[in-house]
Amino acid sequence: MSLPAFAALLERLVFTPGRNAKLALLRDWFATQPDPDRGVGLAALTGELAFTAAKPALVRDLVAARTDPVLLALSHDYVGDFAETVALIWPEREGANAPPPGLAEVAEALELTPKAGLPALIAGWLDTLDAGGRLALIKLVTGGLRVGAAARLARTALAEWSGKPVEAIEEVWHGVAPPYLPLFAWLEGRGPRPDPRGAPVFRPLMLAHPLDDAEVAALDPAEWRAEWKWDGIRVQLAAGPGGRRIWSRGGEDVSAAFPEILEAMAFHAVLDGELLVIRDGAVAPFADLQQRLNRKLVPARLRRDVPVGVRLYDLLFEGEEDLRPLPFDARRRRLEAWAARARPARMDLSPQIAFASFAQLAAIRSGARAASIEGLMLKRADSPYVAGRVKGLWWKWKRDPLSIDAVLMYAQRGHGRRSSFYSDYTFGLWRPDGRGGEELVPVGKAYSGYTDQELAWLDRWIRAHTIARFGPVREVEKTLVLEVIFDAAQRSTRHKSGVALRFPRIARIRTDKPAGEADRLENLLAYVEDRPSDDA
Amino acid sequence: MPPHPETWLRVTPEGLFCVPGGFHIDPLRPVARAVITHGHADHARPDHGAVLATPETLAVMRTRLGAARAGASQQPLRPGEALTERGVRLWLRPAGHILGSAQICLEWRGSRVVVSGDYKRQPDPTCAPFEPQPCDVFVTEATFALPVFRHPPPEREAAKLLHSLALFPERTHVVGCYALGKCQRLIRLLRAAGWDRPIHLHGALLGLCRLYEELGVALGPLLPATAADRAALRGAIVLAPPSAVADRWARRLAEPVVALASGWMRVRQRAKSRGVELPLVVSDHADWDGLLATIVEVGAPEVWVTHGRDDALVHALGQRGIRGRALHLVGLGEEDEGPEAAPAADAA
Repeated sequence: MSLPAFAALLERLVFTPGRNAKLALLRDWFATQPDPDRGVGLAALTGELAFTAAKPALVRDLVAARTDPVLLALSHDYVGDFAETVALIWPEREGANAPPPGLAEVAEALELTPKAGLPALIAGWLDTLDAGGRLALIKLVTGGLRVGAAARLARTALAEWSGKPVEAIEEVWHGVAPPYLPLFAWLEGRGPRPDPRGAPVFRPLMLAHPLDDAEVAALDPAEWRAEWKWDGIRVQLAAGPGGRRIWSRGGEDVSAAFPEILEAMAFHAVLDGELLVIRDGAVAPFADLQQRLNRKLVPARLRRDVPVGVRLYDLLFEGEEDLRPLPFDARRRRLEAWAARARPARMDLSPQIAFASFAQLAAIRSGARAASIEGLMLKRADSPYVAGRVKGLWWKWKRDPLSIDAVLMYAQRGHGRRSSFYSDYTFGLWRPDGRGGEELVPVGKAYSGYTDQELAWLDRWIRAHTIARFGPVREVEKTLVLEVIFDAAQRSTRHKSGVALRFPRIARIRTDKPAGEADRLENLLAYVEDRPSDDA
Repeated sequence: MPPHPETWLRVTPEGLFCVPGGFHIDPLRPVARAVITHGHADHARPDHGAVLATPETLAVMRTRLGAARAGASQQPLRPGEALTERGVRLWLRPAGHILGSAQICLEWRGSRVVVSGDYKRQPDPTCAPFEPQPCDVFVTEATFALPVFRHPPPEREAAKLLHSLALFPERTHVVGCYALGKCQRLIRLLRAAGWDRPIHLHGALLGLCRLYEELGVALGPLLPATAADRAALRGAIVLAPPSAVADRWARRLAEPVVALASGWMRVRQRAKSRGVELPLVVSDHADWDGLLATIVEVGAPEVWVTHGRDDALVHALGQRGIRGRALHLVGLGEEDEGPEAAPAADAA
């Protein structure tokens, strides 16, 4: 019964917007499914287990041999997704009452069956399953399983289910392989803690709390160190005799997306840093980096045009020596000495910013307008490297957001708790329409920043001022001005306006301002800053 | 040789019209004489002169339209009874769609047509099952006439809802369902699955549930959802019209799990676009296999398709040597599971 059970879990995960509900579904899966199926399912959900033996064309041929081409085409038009069409249209055979396969059985058979035997194997399974089971199987065997259950979420569910801290699970996670029998044995108190051995292991990252301007006054400048807060992605580099890995902030293995970094990791250490697109020593806007994310293969052209590097700011392990208990200053000296010796390619150190007072630092902060800088990081000189967000050790002090007054153009319903509210807003600015008049051009979308009261007010306003509907989207009268704040504005060829906003959110509803007095696109373009910071 | 049905059953702007009998079937606009298949609003419209239907359908019309607009005169006809109207013999057979739903069987000069209205072949404890009637022309719906539509056993969908309640005992499970037919069938499915606690109803569903009970369909304890407070609805099942489940009305509920009971829920994108967290594939229409099996069973050499996916059905009939003809009747498929049932409707 386990593939149908897995299919039922997948279906619920796909439709469930809430994180807590997803956790509950995963906990139930761990608690009720037998080994080894629960581990195989876990691996499939977190992307640790991916099959590529069966190509989508194989499934296409199987269904084409069993259905009328006109009906298949009409059905595909209607359903949209081809795998789902196949799952739904697959003719159910009377009397095909062989039991559906188990998950582990599927995984093993896919490994062992020669290519020529795959069509008959997969067709035989499809005959025993219902529509949900068929969809799960097709997605599983063709590697198209995307359910939005990140590895981090799955590990959190494991922690909640077992009562072990999530950090402890993350320490051993990359030392165990599907179907994770020793892991489940340990979590259920039936076995010892799995030994990660020499394999590179993800060490949970140290995180920072946001700092208000008001809180700064209480800090003693002598006790604090400052660095730029770079707008890239946080990575942990782990390399040694057991292998090399690049971990994301949440412990995902993103090594495959950055092969040139992996090549440069000819050392035995664990480092913390920011992955950035760096051209001629200058950091490019985040939009450039986005082209490099979530890739399994990186074309040579992309490696050339969008070169990446890592700006290092901490050293967690040197060789086998765990430096995490040392104070920040000591780790920094070790980092500088190590970098001078190892001289790794494509890596540099995040510079420290000298300051005598927080007033001086605040001036430096507001002077930095480069899009690649989000603000400052403040690290206490004596802070050890500890997992998670421990208050009072590290602060992120973001620079003041930029702001524009924009006109609400479209609204869309939210998800989960907000599914009955119009909570996602597309807003625009004025520009010449080429015929002597003015037109609004959309510049961004925001779905946060407002209070519950403001959300309720906006929802009512949108319902009362709708002029057109497109599915879940409403177009509204162009009369409401919203003050939108954002962290940076960057050039973008992918947006009609030519500009992309970083983290836009609603600051205020400006019912006092007529739409004609909202900002013009040129006001926004004045914020666009491509140059790297000179202050660094 | 008997006359071809084309010569005596015509498509008019008002809908199907029996020429020798002088009456319309499920007419779109007010007419002098109407025969009605069932009580859904797109079939049973107000302000006709004389109305003939099953006693249950007439009762539904009085409840929904008010006695004054449910036909100037009402004539009940039970399945099994027959009458002859200006030479046309007319009788009714259960269609299995909702309580009171009937196929209209017509015979004139030895030529027989069955207008099935909406129908299904799955068992339904709230109404009599579909009875096939051999005929020369079978007039069918095609709401779910694509081979991707194969409705699973409804008991399994009810079990899915109860399983979710076990997983999320703190959350209100609000199920969107059509007020007439689907709602009552769902209640009976839940009762059969062992749910004997009160089921809470949106105000728009109360009247028809009361009518079903008066007509002999026991539904167990029901409570209005509006009177209960938020805390009392934790872990409860609330039934509401589809338009209300993901809209303002549902905000009063405790962390609702939004479910929707409809044949369309078989397609993921349909469920996603409506913000449904728990899709339940429960339909009162025949699925693809049901449509084809029924057509083969009635043995008609010719089939007329009133509304829905006539392209796929006519194609499939052609392959079986059956002549299919799309009538393109307007105004049908607008209530229960019509594809146009406005997803963003605000009306609670």
